[in-house]
Parts: sequence; C-alpha cells; structure tokens
Amino acid sequence: MTAPLLSLRGISKSYGQITANQDVDLDVAPQSIHAILGENGAGKSTLMKLVYGVEQPDGGSVVWDGQPLSLASPAEARRQGIGMVFQHFSLFETLTVVENIQLVVPGRKADLTQRIRTLGRDFGLEVDPLAHVHALSVGERQRVEIIRCLMTNPKLLILDEPTSVLPPQSVDKLFDTLRRLRDGGVSILFISHKLEEIRSICDRATILRGGRVTGHVDPREHDAHDLARMMIGRDMPEPMPALPQSSGEKRLEIIGLDYRSDDPFAMPLSDISLTVRAGEILGIAGISGNGQSELAALISGETILPRALRDRIFMMGQDAGTLDAAARRQLGFAFVPEDRLGRGVVPEMSLVLNSLLTAHSLKLLSHGLIDKAKATAFTNACIGQYDVRTPGPDAVAGSLSGGNLQKFIIGREIMLSPKLLFVAQPTWGVDVGAASAIRRRLITLRNEGMAILVISEELEELFELCDFIQVLHHGRLSLPLVTRHTRPEEIGRYMIGAHTPSQTADQKALA
Amino acid sequence: MSTLSGAFLPTLVRREHASLAATLLAPPIALAAATVVNLGLYVLMGRDPVAVVYAMLLEPFLSWASFSEVLLKTGPLLLIAQGLAIGFRAKVFNIGAEGQFILGAIFASAIPVWFPQATGQWIWPAMLLLGTLGGALWASLTAFWRVRLNANEILVSLMLSLVAAQFLNYLLLGPWKDPDGFNFPQSVMFQYDAMVPILISGTRVNVSLLLTIALSIAAWIFMQRSFIGYKLQVGGLAPRAASYAGFNEGWAIWLSLLIGGCAAGLAGAAEVAGPLGQLQRSISTGYGYAAIIVAYLGGLHPIGIVVSALCMAVLYIGGDNAMVSASLPIAAVRVFQGSLLLAYLVAVAFVRYRLEWRRAACRSQP
Repeated sequence: MTAPLLSLRGISKSYGQITANQDVDLDVAPQSIHAILGENGAGKSTLMKLVYGVEQPDGGSVVWDGQPLSLASPAEARRQGIGMVFQHFSLFETLTVVENIQLVVPGRKADLTQRIRTLGRDFGLEVDPLAHVHALSVGERQRVEIIRCLMTNPKLLILDEPTSVLPPQSVDKLFDTLRRLRDGGVSILFISHKLEEIRSICDRATILRGGRVTGHVDPREHDAHDLARMMIGRDMPEPMPALPQSSGEKRLEIIGLDYRSDDPFAMPLSDISLTVRAGEILGIAGISGNGQSELAALISGETILPRALRDRIFMMGQDAGTLDAAARRQLGFAFVPEDRLGRGVVPEMSLVLNSLLTAHSLKLLSHGLIDKAKATAFTNACIGQYDVRTPGPDAVAGSLSGGNLQKFIIGREIMLSPKLLFVAQPTWGVDVGAASAIRRRLITLRNEGMAILVISEELEELFELCDFIQVLHHGRLSLPLVTRHTRPEEIGRYMIGAHTPSQTADQKALA
Repeated sequence: MSTLSGAFLPTLVRREHASLAATLLAPPIALAAATVVNLGLYVLMGRDPVAVVYAMLLEPFLSWASFSEVLLKTGPLLLIAQGLAIGFRAKVFNIGAEGQFILGAIFASAIPVWFPQATGQWIWPAMLLLGTLGGALWASLTAFWRVRLNANEILVSLMLSLVAAQFLNYLLLGPWKDPDGFNFPQSVMFQYDAMVPILISGTRVNVSLLLTIALSIAAWIFMQRSFIGYKLQVGGLAPRAASYAGFNEGWAIWLSLLIGGCAAGLAGAAEVAGPLGQLQRSISTGYGYAAIIVAYLGGLHPIGIVVSALCMAVLYIGGDNAMVSASLPIAAVRVFQGSLLLAYLVAVAFVRYRLEWRRAACRSQP
C-alpha cells in the first residue's frame, strides 16, 4: 500500500466530561474516497473539525503527506491543502457566485470567472459564476461551496453529509463529480450515515461508535446490514408493519390555499390542498426551502391567516386558519417543529418548565400557579417512556443533545394524546436506533387511529412511514401519491420539479 | 523549525454552564469594584477617602434617623424596579419609568389640587389608585405603538418621559401653581388626609413601604410560580418558542408595560402623598432611571432586587452625606451609579463567558 496522505494516530478529544473522540486511528490513502460512518453523536463531526483545524486534539499525532502536522486554524488547514464543505453553507445570498468566491480566493473577477467555468466543465460542477446565490438551488449552492474549496487546489476535501440536502437525481451527479475529483488526484473524506450511498461510492470506510473506531472496512464487501451493526452495535429492528386502515374522518383539510407572506425571502405557497384522515400518515416530501417552513407555520398557527382567507384550513372539521396556535391545540392538535432549540423548547429552562410549554393543558396548573409536583411527574414519565438521556428533569434543555431533545419534544407532544399530530423532520439529527424507535411509535399511533402529518427530507423515512406522499416543490404541492404504488425516483422527479401537476393522475382516487 | 508568530489575543468564549455561585457573587463583586474605582477618583480629586467612605457607606447605618431616610428612598426604587424587572425578563425594555412615575404623581395630585378642602380617610388610598392608573395610562401609549406599529419601546418610552417632564412643568407654572406660593413652580400643600399615614413615628417612613414589601412578595410569586409569569419569561428567552406554544406576543407586551407603568405610577403617587406633600418639580430626581440599574443589579430576581434597592438607597443618602461632610461634587453619586452599572455588566459578562488567550497566528509546520 502506498504511504497514506493523512494519517491519524491515537487522536483524543473531550469536552468537559464528554469524550467525543478516543484513541482514533485513521489512514486516508491518496486518490481515494474514504467514508467516515457513524450515528449522530458518534464523533464524526468532531474528528473532522480536528482534521480541519477548527479544534485542536487533546492527544495523539497527525501526519500529513509524510510530515507531522499541528493545525491551529482552518486558514492554516487550507494553506496545507485541506478543504472542507460544511453541511450548512456559508454563502452570502445577495452576492453572486464569483463575488462569494472572491471573498476567500484572491484574484481578478474575470480570471476567477474563467476558473469557475473551467472547474465546472472538468468536474461536472456547472454553475453560472455571475448568478446571484439566492437564485440558486441547494444543489447548485453546494457546487459553489465545492468550487470554492477546489480553488485552493486541495489534496484532501472533507464533505460533511453532502447528500442530506440533495434530491436523488442530484446525488448521482455529485457522486460523478466526486469520482472525477478522485481520478484528478484529490482524496475525499465523506461523512455520512447513509449506508447505501457509502457502499456505492467509497473505497474505504472507517466506522465510529461512541467516539471510538469500531472498524476499517471496504464498504463494497459488506452489505448495509453489516455496516449498520458496526455502527449501532446491535441488529437493526425490523420496520413496523402498517395495518391497513379503512379511512377515518378528516382531521386536517387544506383547500386551495394561496399564501404570500410579508417576508420577501419566504416562499409563496400556491394552491395547497391536502387531507389527513384519522388512522393515516401523510408525508410531505421535498427539499427544504421549497415552502416547508411556511406551510408548517400556517398549519401550526404560528402564522395566522387573515379573515379574508377563512375556510381554507380545517382541523377536526372546524375552520382553524384564523385561530392562533393555542386555540388550534385546544382542538386536539400537537406539533413537533423542525427547530428544537428556541422553538420546540426554551434552551435556558429546565425540562420540567419546558414540559409546561404545551402540556400545561394536562392540568399541570392549579389556580394559575405551576404545580411543580405534577409537572415533574409528567416530565419524568416523558423521559422514561421516550428514552431521553439526561441527568434528570431539572437539566436545562440546552444541555441535551439534539437527538435526545427531539425524543423529549416528540414524547411531550404525543403525551398530549392529540387527534392530529404534525411532525416536521421527525428524525433529523437522531441516531439510527432512536430514529427507528420514533418511526415505530408513529406507526403504532397511526394504527390506533391518530391522524399524522409528517414533513421530511428523507425519502426512505417517508416510504417507511406514510400511506400517502405529496411533494412540495417551489411552493406547490403535488397530488397525493399512494406510497405502495410509487417508486422513489418518481418522488425525486417531483422534488426537482420535473413533473408538472397537470401530468399527474389522482392516484389517491384510484387507490 | 518551529516558529511562534503573533501575539496572544484574548477572546471571550461562552461558558457551557454559568455557575450559580458566580451568578450570586457578581453583584457584590461589582459593588466592591465600583467602590474601589470611585474611591480612587476621590483621592485623585484630593478628598480624604476615609471620610468619604465613612460618610457614604457607614453613616447611613449609624443613626435611626438616617437609616429611616434610606428606607424612605428604598420604597420607590424597589417598587419601580420590581415592575420593570418583570418586563425586562419578557425582553420588553421599558426605559420610561421616570415618565410613568411623574404621571403617577400628577394623577395622584389631582385630588388634593382640585379638592383642597376634602376630608376623609378615603383620600390617600384614592390618590394611590389614581396614581397607579396614571402610570399605567402613560405606559399604555408605549404599548399601543409597539404592538400596533412595532415602534421600538425603548425610544418611545424614553421620549415620553421628556414629554411627561414638560407636562409637569406646564401644570406647575400654569393651572396648578399655588396662588399663594410666591410664584414658585409648585402646587398647594396637600391637606392632612391626602398624606399616607406614617409607619414609624419620628421618621418620614410611611405605610407605602409595607405596600412595597407586599408587592415584592407578589412579584416573587408571579415570576417564580405563576403560569402568566412563566409565559412572559418564555417570550423573553425564546420568542419563537412562545409563538410555537401559542403565547400571544402583543398581550405579553401590553402586560409587561402595564405592570411597569402601574408600579412606577404607584411610586410617584406615594412620593407626593408621602415625603413631599405637594406636587413639585423635584419629584423627578431620576428614580425611574436608577430603578433600571436596581433591577439589573438584583439580577432581575424579586429577592435580589430588594437587596439592590437597599444598596442604591444607601448610595443616595450616603452621597448626600458625603457632599456635605466630605465636600464631594453633586455629580459624584451619578458617577458612582454609572460605574456600578458598568462594573455589574462586566461581571455578568464574565459569569457567562470566560477569557481565553489564543494565538493570533499559527505555528507553521516544523
């Protein structure tokens, strides 16, 4: 084997009492695509931050290109030839592509424009250098980020969950780019928890669990099941079967809703229609930024429709569009928002006080005063039933990890025993084991007759959960597709707008 | 070869947990730091620091007469600060307590000014009620524009304080001027029944101090135990969580401003119906602004505010003493107040953040 490009030996990093990485060894060969595989919280991101110089390791050594290396900052990492594309893009939306790149790469605008075009042609990263970033799709923005990294001629490119924001068709294109980059001499560190992806593109994989390396494998020689076992340390539970249901009463109905908010950056919604009945799960697929957050706020009551738009949103048979969030909850509605900190919970407050946020209606108050004993009992029940890992009910919400916080919020909302449950991104940032527990729970609730609406970017999740799927693209919602009769590629076409609504047969009616 | 280039630069890094001990220690440390800095100033000015310390910080406690004056000053500061703190925790920044205080005084004075001959034990309670109403009305102007037009409440309430001061001037130089007052800008002296009864004979401390203590306890229950207080705090800490849970933001703004206005108005009424006994320009001595410092020094916590109000009152009385006995300039008390707030803000910053020395530039490859 040739000498590795990057070699880590015994790398450790802890934050306070939490050990994020312990004794990690990693070798990245030149011209390879190397996967870092692990659940959320396994220490993937920390490890990448150490490699990219964002953080410094507590112990261990790094050898880069045959030389020992110690990085104090990302700027130095870039000088050494290490580039990184983060999950959340750092682009200025009001500037053009070339202006964004000019901020980090020295050079004349005309030269840079030319280089962007050349790179785009060579590596399948086509993007108009003079386009404004706000007008670009998520996939194009990612290309801009990658081009910006390539401008500094890196020898190693780190990609943090690059496919989580892309529709299936764009994923193939990205993979094509990555292969071309590898063949052009760049090594790639590819962080993911999607097993099939890693099997299809990576040459090597390093698997992390609880901050330690649990295996170095060739992912093409193992099936997804093996990889999952190494990742979570046990077998994956089987998906829960959804019992066939005779359709129940309408719990949520939106009829021909057009809405344009005052915010100029918000996506206007047009002609949104959907129905969720008791005992069924409707999923809304689509890439974030296509109107998901606007639609979610309209359903939750965080955005209240003006009187002129009454009779558009019905909950439990009542016109709810003009009601505020509290009044909708009184009708039997519960909601898990996509942002947890600062929306689903108050980070500075204890879990007990965060239970009160929505569960106060469960008689946790007496004479307008908080009944601390009852609130604590509720919180303990939620922590116990939903496996929330926390020191106790008095821990502040901000100290919980994202996955545990999500379990807490989902538990709190389910314990309200709503008639209609709306969950946005149910398993974002939740580890594989907990995510499957959440999905099983949702299916159980559906079987018991709850009406559930799910917004998710993860197609696999929607296919596992939903009876029907509608796709949101550019503020428009497709007609409902029966999940059993639909292939992921079809949804993918809707996600990038390749289908026009008129081409769609009303499959729900046929079902 | 290993080179180390560049200087070490301090950076503020957010602490994962703010320790309780540090939170509790911050106000006393700020007080001590401000005291040291100000004493240094007095030395530079050529004053005797021992005499200043004695006059400022000890004398207020050394006689019952001067301590009762401290209690008298504590009343309005405590009352206003409790009201403001509730709003501040909801992140509604009512900076116009001074104006609401003036309006409270004006409303309360309406009864003795218009009915100077009236008698009966109903008069002073009615004045306190009317004063509360006046403060609330003045605050409601701010609330209305904030909710209706999203006008910044800091600016509106602050500027309305200036309007209130001019309104007071107009009344005292015009319609409400005492006809027998030798043209001084002040109202008639109030009749006996328009005065809040004295609590401790031989001093000027009156029943309103009891009221203030009772309201402090109420504020504690409201903020720590009640669901409405909880909703206000959620709105302050995480506005999006409040909107997610369906807590109405406009309602929270109205409630915060009205509570602050009521408290300040009541304090203003108690001032004219108490130590002053008439409406005069000197009622506006900056209680409304000092109460902002009191509220923050007390950590916006009802119990902490009791302590900080007492400290601030000592500073007022002690500063007066020091002006006489150690010939400090009149600005000295204001400078002390300002430096106290500054020291407190610095202390709080260190409770939440720690200083880290980082290399400005990085080591190159060896």
